[in-house]
Amino acid sequence: MAKTMTSAAPGKLERHGLTDEQLRAIFRNMLMQRQLDNRGFQLNRQGKIPFALGSEGHEAIQAGAAMAFDRGKDVLAPYYRDLGLALGIGFTPLEVMLSLFARAADHNGGRQFPNHYSSRRIGMMSFSSILAAQIPHAVGAAYAIKYRKEAGRAVLVTFGEGTTSEGEWHESLNFAAVHALPIVFLCENNQWAISTPVDKQMGQPEVWKRGAGYGMPAERFDGFDPLATYDVVRRAMERARSCGGPTLVEGMCYRFLSHSTDDDDRTYRTKEEVDRNRQHDPVPRFERVLVENAIMTAADVDSMKKDVLRETNAATDEAEALPYAPPSELYTNVYEGAYEPWQ
Amino acid sequence: MAVATPAKTMTNVEAVRSTLYDALKRDDRIVILGEDVGNRGNVFLITKGFIDEFGPERIIDTPIAEASIVGIAIGMAMEGLRPIAEIQFADFIYPAFNQIVGEAAKTRYRSNGEYTCPLVIRTPYGGGVRGALSHSVSIEALFYHVPGLTILAPSTPRDIKGLLNAAIEANDPVLFLEHKRTYRLIKDEVPDEYYTVPIGKANVSKVGHQLTVVSYGLYAHQALDAAHRLEEEDHSVEVIDLRSIRPMDRSTILESVRKTRKLLIVHEDNKFGGIGAEISAMVAEEALFDLDAPIRRLCGPDVPAMGYALPLEEEFMISTERMVDAMREMVTF
Ligand SMILES: Cc1ncc(C[n+]2csc(CCOP(=O)(O)OP(=O)(O)O)c2C)c(N)n1
Repeated sequence: MAKTMTSAAPGKLERHGLTDEQLRAIFRNMLMQRQLDNRGFQLNRQGKIPFALGSEGHEAIQAGAAMAFDRGKDVLAPYYRDLGLALGIGFTPLEVMLSLFARAADHNGGRQFPNHYSSRRIGMMSFSSILAAQIPHAVGAAYAIKYRKEAGRAVLVTFGEGTTSEGEWHESLNFAAVHALPIVFLCENNQWAISTPVDKQMGQPEVWKRGAGYGMPAERFDGFDPLATYDVVRRAMERARSCGGPTLVEGMCYRFLSHSTDDDDRTYRTKEEVDRNRQHDPVPRFERVLVENAIMTAADVDSMKKDVLRETNAATDEAEALPYAPPSELYTNVYEGAYEPWQ
Repeated sequence: MAVATPAKTMTNVEAVRSTLYDALKRDDRIVILGEDVGNRGNVFLITKGFIDEFGPERIIDTPIAEASIVGIAIGMAMEGLRPIAEIQFADFIYPAFNQIVGEAAKTRYRSNGEYTCPLVIRTPYGGGVRGALSHSVSIEALFYHVPGLTILAPSTPRDIKGLLNAAIEANDPVLFLEHKRTYRLIKDEVPDEYYTVPIGKANVSKVGHQLTVVSYGLYAHQALDAAHRLEEEDHSVEVIDLRSIRPMDRSTILESVRKTRKLLIVHEDNKFGGIGAEISAMVAEEALFDLDAPIRRLCGPDVPAMGYALPLEEEFMISTERMVDAMREMVTF
């Protein structure tokens, strides 16, 4: 069975050079993730959208990693659970809502499932629902960066631990190591791949240990702690940007919700296990850290929460009011230029 | 073939090599990646010496991992390079199926044009070279079902140069199929200058009025030979070399069939669900009442592969004799 996450007691602040403002930005990102996740599930229950998928439990790992991303320079190759990473590098709540509602103004015009965010503007690569398929793409992007000698840029690619069983995952790490590419492989280990626990996914349950097999440095960290995450991912990204090659990092977290609105986790794991992990919920935990260290007052937290709710409501209303793409859009962007479907 | 500009005589394999060479010279966004493309210069020596001239950053000897050869090339393409990936033999493309069908072909579509995948995947295919089960396959039918992909299978040095250039220019993924048997068998003049052959245009390699024969690859040559032999018997056969499998040139096929009123399709790939099935269906839908005879397909037998032993290979391959017989039967139908 999957284990409970254990993590250091909150209270002590290791800020790793982050300013108060950056600490608050991390917290706001975590609150926004939680709020938007909730909204997605609500809209699904209201019958307004057919599908939603949450990242509850991943808030810290994603907000912390996003802080280590150099906007305008680095490239992110995310997976579908990366709401917080997307937000943290500049994707807006409105863009998230456009994806949930599958509106025409969505980056992919409502073609893809929600949570399959991409945006050329912020360097977030397009990906499909096919697990691990994006990992060689990230490696190719890293190759392009190295080939053009663009020092100071790196690629961050993410995936769940279940995805590390795919052949493309292995092939990608191997190639990145051979060519010492500027890339960081970030495993968000939430201990479940839909209904399959780690001990059925891999014989060696610590993903980071495989780094040695590829000849790349690797590290594991507490993914419920955004600052520990930031520290590890920042060092790995710095190594990548300064031509030091790839790193494999693994953040331990937990998936609090069912896999998606189409899944019911009560069929394969106990409520006790989920509750045990909830005790380490990274959002209230980081709130305590900030308040105890006088980075924010309780009143500040309160007004930030209200602000996040207001922004979520506004984004929901705005996206909902926008139109779908017309049916004729089914036939565009198949190839460059005009396309005549075979008929 | 009359050539107005300076030209060189070269084989198909030399045409691939010289087109790749010129492309590397022209555009430093182009990189070649694949198994043994660097130090050895490809198993057919297509890229021999390239690594010395262009460096290992551009001529990349990859680990033996086809899914990531294509997958990494997709990432390069999404981030501004113009990769040319090689799959050493078409038979080894199966591990990359997901990346080609699920990813490359859908990059533009799924991102609604925000990301594109200007990628060429070259691979030698086809039999008649004692390649046995796993060095002889035709793969076009496994991929031609997929919108978003372009599939080219030119048969002459001239078309190889023009279509490979067009593939490299294209801003979408192209599967570029090179028939191994034609590599050193087929020789012709190739203009020195840069040119492209339009993707999606078939070539009428011989004009005739009693029968239309559609083929591609090695059999485009044999079909032409067979048609010339029928000429000696006073039968006039039109031969179309498809060159481009997807998109397919429906208007050239339909125009020809409406004129000759008979259609024979010849390909090496097996019959069931093959390219000929789609062409037959299309002609039946569009021109059934223009036909004077049932459509006929002369294709590879419906077995898993050709064998290594000579009789097992010969039984699979279609001889020019058999094409002559089929054409004669049809023109006299
Ligand atoms: C190639 C492929 N196989 C199976 C699936 C179905 N699937 C979607 S998510 C998932 C579990 C993934 O688990 P993990 O990588 O740990 O990420 P998590 O969802 O836990 O964040 C599965 C099996 C898929 N999308 N793609």
